[in-house]
Amino acid sequence: MFLINCPYCGERDQSEFTAGGEAHIVRPKQPTELSDDQWAEFLFMRKNIKGVQLERWNHAHGCRKWFNMVRDTSNDKIHAVYKMGEKPPIK
Amino acid sequence: MKNKYSIFSLIKNAFTDHENWQRAWRDPLPKKEYDAVIVGGGGHGLATAFYLAKKHNMKNIAVVEKSWIGGGNTGRNTTIIRSNYLWDASAGLYDHALKIWEGLSQELNYNVMFSQRGVMNLAHNLQDVRDLKRRTHANRLNGIDAVWLNTQEVKKFCPIINTSPDIRYPVLGGTLQRRAGTARHDAVAWGYARGADAMGVDIIQNCEVKGIKRNGDSVEGVETTKGFIKTKKIGVVAAGHSSVIANMADIKLPLESKPLQALVSEPVKPIIDTVVMSNAVHAYVSQSDKGELVIGAGTDSYVSYTQRGSHDVVEGTLKAILELYPIFSRMKMLRQWGGIVDICPDASPIISKTHIKGLYFNCGWGTGGFKATPGSGDLFAHTIANDEPHKLNADFNINRFVSGDLVDEHGAAAVAH
Repeated sequence: MFLINCPYCGERDQSEFTAGGEAHIVRPKQPTELSDDQWAEFLFMRKNIKGVQLERWNHAHGCRKWFNMVRDTSNDKIHAVYKMGEKPPIK
Repeated sequence: MKNKYSIFSLIKNAFTDHENWQRAWRDPLPKKEYDAVIVGGGGHGLATAFYLAKKHNMKNIAVVEKSWIGGGNTGRNTTIIRSNYLWDASAGLYDHALKIWEGLSQELNYNVMFSQRGVMNLAHNLQDVRDLKRRTHANRLNGIDAVWLNTQEVKKFCPIINTSPDIRYPVLGGTLQRRAGTARHDAVAWGYARGADAMGVDIIQNCEVKGIKRNGDSVEGVETTKGFIKTKKIGVVAAGHSSVIANMADIKLPLESKPLQALVSEPVKPIIDTVVMSNAVHAYVSQSDKGELVIGAGTDSYVSYTQRGSHDVVEGTLKAILELYPIFSRMKMLRQWGGIVDICPDASPIISKTHIKGLYFNCGWGTGGFKATPGSGDLFAHTIANDEPHKLNADFNINRFVSGDLVDEHGAAAVAH
């Protein structure tokens, strides 16, 4: 349970948002040329980090826009929020 | 077993004010080398060690646990045991476990308080009715007991349920598995620990794994807070922290770890003598032997390793509980907690070897691992000892995410999170 600073709407309760999992997993440019292993990697395999992780979130009960977040999964602390297409502000 | 528990040992110890009971398991320091090391001293890990020693004669083994045994998800679940899964692979796996549960107290000489009080799953809309009826047919074809109950029969089986047609999600019927029930979660961990220890297994608590030492494509041992332990076989049963261990070995798993919450009420006199689950409104409830209502909530949508969870999840569950059981409206909740569950994309577990020789994973149990504890330990022990899966866990290999041969129990299981 925490507050999220939506880059479009400002600070709102986490229950307004939907988590979209690990960020920056790029959709393959040539899907027809992927091997089964590469598909599994893209679709299913996740780092599932305990610590600082880059994530996608959606303000489902607000502006409905997607954005990215730097969050520590070991204590739910949010380090930064940034828009889609932007580089992560901190590593 | 040197200190066999019986009515006679109980009487004998009663005469000395119960001051002479012996420790149930030793507290050894790790040896330099073992034939196998199990990472994680929960129910599944301890059961694995027990069956490795008992059925595969591997006695020079250790269980390393970063905290105390049974302190993770083993001690945090709602203790429900059932096997009414839809698909053949899951039915085989969970009913294998249920059959072991039925004789477990005798096998371990330890009362795990297995209580076959039945598990009822409610239907709240026409699709639920169709799905649950289909599931009872599938269960019976697999030799698993299941019956369909209409609304009146549901009311008769559990009179405190509100079966009025006027509620937001009326009860249109339900399924009942009479062989299902609950068990005492701590006793499961302690019973397996005592049994494994008696056969020579070293159970090493407060010993956290810090690294997996690899030599190319095989393992050489584990780095722990109590030093390096050499071994050729590592069985990882770390539940929510499976990915943390996998990252140490430089492999990726198809898992996401999320908090799953549960809560208990103040203790009251017996009011509900079965387990009732509802998939659609997401609420399930049973009553512990101490009299507390044991209520299971859902998972949060985000990855987190904090054993807390969000308030809105608990709130949603309690709303559903109150609509189905208006009688509980004045009850106070005493405790709430979260456990970190590792969820696979197909909501089915992984009991598998990996591409690294000697490295095995038993994970991905998600929201429903407790019920499988004895079966999971038995099949994982078989997989580690023979370096090949048993036929009951062959479908639960890690390669199914590459081949696409998933065991898709999402929504098909009795409760979806």
